[in-house]
Amino acid sequence: MLERPITRHGAVSALLPLVVEDLVFEAGGRRLIDGIDLTLEAGRRSVILGPNGSGKSLFLRLIHGLIPPTSGRIAWNGRPPGREVRLSQAMVFQQPVLLRRSVAANIDYALAAHGFDKAARRARTEQMLIEAGLEHLARQPARRLSGGEQQRLALARALAVEPDVLLLDEPTSSLDPHATLRIEMLIARAAQEGVRIVLVTHDIGQARRFADEVVFLHRGRIAEHAPAEVFFDEPGSEAARSFLAGELVL
Amino acid sequence: MQDFGAAFWLAGELLVSGDETLAEIVVLSLKINAGAVALASAIGMPLGAILAVARFPGRQALVVLVNSLMGLPPVVVGLVVYLMLSNAGPLGVLQLLYTPTAMIVAQTVLVTPIVAALTRQVIEDMDAEYSEQLDSLAVGRLARIGTLLYDARASLVTAVLAGFGRSVAEVGAVIIVGGNINHVTRVMTTAIALETSKGNLALALALGFVLLTIAIVVNGAVGGLRLAMVRDAHA
Repeated sequence: MLERPITRHGAVSALLPLVVEDLVFEAGGRRLIDGIDLTLEAGRRSVILGPNGSGKSLFLRLIHGLIPPTSGRIAWNGRPPGREVRLSQAMVFQQPVLLRRSVAANIDYALAAHGFDKAARRARTEQMLIEAGLEHLARQPARRLSGGEQQRLALARALAVEPDVLLLDEPTSSLDPHATLRIEMLIARAAQEGVRIVLVTHDIGQARRFADEVVFLHRGRIAEHAPAEVFFDEPGSEAARSFLAGELVL
Repeated sequence: MQDFGAAFWLAGELLVSGDETLAEIVVLSLKINAGAVALASAIGMPLGAILAVARFPGRQALVVLVNSLMGLPPVVVGLVVYLMLSNAGPLGVLQLLYTPTAMIVAQTVLVTPIVAALTRQVIEDMDAEYSEQLDSLAVGRLARIGTLLYDARASLVTAVLAGFGRSVAEVGAVIIVGGNINHVTRVMTTAIALETSKGNLALALALGFVLLTIAIVVNGAVGGLRLAMVRDAHA
């Protein structure tokens, strides 16, 4: 399983397009996702941008199937986001959730969950540790790593299972610039290898570095969905203009 | 106070002299407690973990029940096990009454709710942290329970120790189903009860010190093991 089968990635991905129709999520009497319609095609790097509290993380959890929507429809190439779909996806959380095991065992665990056999697991774990620059820490307890190393491990674990789609929820928001750069390099390489990236961030700089297209969320709605160059040069919505100008968007 | 001094001295003497009867009692106590705690853990941990992650009608009531069973009165458990195992009882054919096996059964009934209730709490807390990550990794239900139990291993040691503490200190149940028969079912606590009733207060107290020493040694050893686990796993 070391060679990525060509059918798993890129234009022929089995998971795309993602079609979201009239998606609503309510909690505690508040409508946190308020009627989102969105189509994400294969082969692009999408950044979901927006101020804190705009519903970005929630939206990511919904399309990954971690929480059920109040109403609306989510379909990955026609399939609802269940366990089958998640086997072809991976998600990296804002705060990495690492198992109370060694660094190598964390990657091995994900591979085992995805049905890789023992020999493949060993080879792939070693490869991912090298790619993430963690091979010298392989036997360390994962929870003893620094914040940057922990997030690199979480990313390496996510990429180890050869996902078609990688969902990232503010993966660098609590990291210093050096650690952020290493994470971004890993994500960029994965994108080059054909993994479909959906990155949630409130960091405009990161969005500029990454986005082929930007989905701008504001108050649980899509205020704008545009190619990156259009979005950053001539934002069409008032909320996006204010946000890009560095104003507080309420 | 004279009693305490004499008892302390006697306890030391008993331990140093390697008294055979005492050794027999200590070994039987350890066997019964270890057997009961092992059985209770094998039953209580999966049960607690299922209670922690499964969602079904009546779950909350079951949690309350298991928590309440932590306070089961040992004499009542002893009596019920006695009735089950006595010749007239449903399990009478097994001829287990007044054997160490009967004592293990009674202790297991007492310890299982403790292990289950503490496991349920530990696993529920850990599931709150792991849940979305395990969902994201498409981990199945059974594998999830195994993962949570394994990753909570350092905390679960405390649950096992609590169970051991309960069983090693318990006298009411084992005296009913074991009968405190010399060389057969006499353990530390039943020996203490016997010597006290005979008026051998110093010997009873000495046995008490020996029991306390065993408890401290076991807790110390397991505590050390736990620290090593924490160092390896958590940070």
